[in-house]
Amino acid sequence: MLSIKNLHASVDGHEILNGIDLDVKPGEVHAIMGPNGSGKSTLAGVLAGRAEYSVTEGRIDFLGKNLLEMAPEMRAREGLFLAFQYPVEIPGVNSSYFLRTALNEIRAHRGLDKVSALEFLKIIREKLELVEMDEKFLKRSVNEGFSGGEKKRNEILQMATLEPKLAVLDETDSGLDIDALRIVAGGVNALRSQENAFIVVTHYQRLLNYIVPDFVHVLYQGKIVKSGDKDLALHLEDFGYDWIKEQNGGQA
Amino acid sequence: MTEEMQTLNEFTNQEYKYGFVSDIESDSLPKGLNEDVIRTISAKKGEPDWLLEWRLGAYHHWLQMTEPRWANVKFAPIDYQQIVYYAAPKKSAPKSIEEIDPAILAMYNKLGIPLQEQEVLAGVAVDAVLDSVSVATTFKDKLSELGVIFCSFSEAVREHPNLVRQYLGSVVPAGDNFFAALNSAVFSDGSFAYIPKGVRCPMELSTYFRINAQFTGQFERTLIIADEGSYVSYLEGCTAPMRDENQLHAAVVELVALDHASIKYSTVQNWYPGDKEGKGGIYNFVTKRGLCKGAHAKISWTQVETGSAITWKYPGCVLQGDHSVGEFYSVALTNNYQQADTGTKMIHIGKNSSSTIVSKGISAGFGQNSYRGQVKILKSARNARNFSQCDSLLIGDKCGAHTFPYLEVKNSTAQVEHEATTSKIGEDQIFYLNQRGISTEDAVSMIVNGFCKEVFAELPMEFAVEAQKLLGVSLEGSVG
Repeated sequence: MLSIKNLHASVDGHEILNGIDLDVKPGEVHAIMGPNGSGKSTLAGVLAGRAEYSVTEGRIDFLGKNLLEMAPEMRAREGLFLAFQYPVEIPGVNSSYFLRTALNEIRAHRGLDKVSALEFLKIIREKLELVEMDEKFLKRSVNEGFSGGEKKRNEILQMATLEPKLAVLDETDSGLDIDALRIVAGGVNALRSQENAFIVVTHYQRLLNYIVPDFVHVLYQGKIVKSGDKDLALHLEDFGYDWIKEQNGGQA
Repeated sequence: MTEEMQTLNEFTNQEYKYGFVSDIESDSLPKGLNEDVIRTISAKKGEPDWLLEWRLGAYHHWLQMTEPRWANVKFAPIDYQQIVYYAAPKKSAPKSIEEIDPAILAMYNKLGIPLQEQEVLAGVAVDAVLDSVSVATTFKDKLSELGVIFCSFSEAVREHPNLVRQYLGSVVPAGDNFFAALNSAVFSDGSFAYIPKGVRCPMELSTYFRINAQFTGQFERTLIIADEGSYVSYLEGCTAPMRDENQLHAAVVELVALDHASIKYSTVQNWYPGDKEGKGGIYNFVTKRGLCKGAHAKISWTQVETGSAITWKYPGCVLQGDHSVGEFYSVALTNNYQQADTGTKMIHIGKNSSSTIVSKGISAGFGQNSYRGQVKILKSARNARNFSQCDSLLIGDKCGAHTFPYLEVKNSTAQVEHEATTSKIGEDQIFYLNQRGISTEDAVSMIVNGFCKEVFAELPMEFAVEAQKLLGVSLEGSVG
């Protein structure tokens, strides 16, 4: 589904990603872990097509197409979803209108008919239940005045509605209390299937208690320095990142 | 420059869609202004002597005045002797819609405002002003059953001279300002409405203005009187054909609300803004003022200004009656080299009078957008209240937003609040919407419409939809 080869990327001339290789197949959940500043969020941003990152080397194929040649909205329509670490507020834009517009763009790309406001309501009600959100939310402006937890649940709601093939969760667990964490993870787990895949970017292991990954990769200084199964995450929980830094010549 | 900014620049460069000239023969006076021109205009309209005298008085006043230059806009000197002050379609005024020149009807259809359909579907009475003479008035019968008068200004002068004489110039005096004086001298036509005591006007009254004949200045005059306890909602919408010459539009609108009467006046203005280099376009120098003459009277202005090379207007309210209410909701968009200096004046005279100002300025391209507002609380206005909110949105990095609030409070019991914000359309907002499959073009539309939401909420439903579309056309063409 996703194949990243020798990916180098920089921002303002500073190289952040330093040769990433990663393969993701349908049905898999990959966790990307690593200390602060290791390039985790940059990787998520490059996948989604953030303008401030320039890819200097390497390639990314997504469902057989060259991802790096696609505009951000095309990547989204092809089925790549990014759950933002810091979802932005868009004052005055109704949440329901926004999400229906997004859904219809993606459906149009897939050759499906647009959904009417009424049909959309049917779909969204089911998804709201999944993330334990009230219908009143639909009347509010996108993320405006939302608490941290609400913003993150909103990301999962959007993901559930847009049904992406590959979802990248960028530190979705940061700033969440235990209940919100459970809800967010529950949403993700409900969506897991043999057809879609997840890349879960996180600093802490605790999210992985709820979303159990098939693979865990440790990112350090812009490179994947260690890969393993879920036990690697547990090991990191017990011993921190220092041993990774030491093994890779960094300052502990 | 990032990719998003590039796309932004590309699609803020969409050309004006309504630029065409329809070939209706005009009966025009030669260029220039003198007493004879004014006498001819008045004679052509068969006006009574008092009105001719009023016009001449205004003209002599105007001769003593100098063109004001205090607004934050720049334009080349206007040669008032190069303007044609009267042009009318040649055929005589039609009695029914079937008699209207098919070319005129075709033009309205091109603009998407088919009169017949509107008559049947929308329940909107349309007083269509093409150049200077009204060509169609609909729904008249239905309105006249209730005693509502809605007609062209010329007709009102003929049929209801006492009302016109009583109120003309009572809100905007003939010598109020340079452009109002010019208008008072040469105004060609416009709209008139009178709502009798206790009547709630059952439909929105609507006028479509359209500048057409080449080199024709437009000097419309609108007078609306809401008698005690009545209500009326009035819509004004405009588009104009593309041309090279700058065209001066100096309209005057006067509103009078008596005791417990309420007037809602909504404008969507989309005149030709000039080309991408800033050549051509309409100069929209308008005087609009409402007088809340009676107690508990209310006047509400809502405007969406997307067109014109220069917009220079301050729809205001004189809150004379106790407990009277003035409102001003505005969206002003400037793109390319458009300039706007717009805002409102709220003059509090009556006790417990209150006013609300919500202004949203959007600047794109090289556009310059100024909010200028005056809130004046006179000594007599005990417990007066005002709330002002002025928000500016910048698209790109070559445009400008300016705010000039003037507050003058002469009564210590008054409460005056002013809030102002300036924000740039965020690349992170656009990216967020992109990441959900929405194109940059649509994303900008969505963000801009969200920014204007409070103002659009004040517009009548159909007009709000149209306003969103116009905003889209002005920014690119895809606000939905």
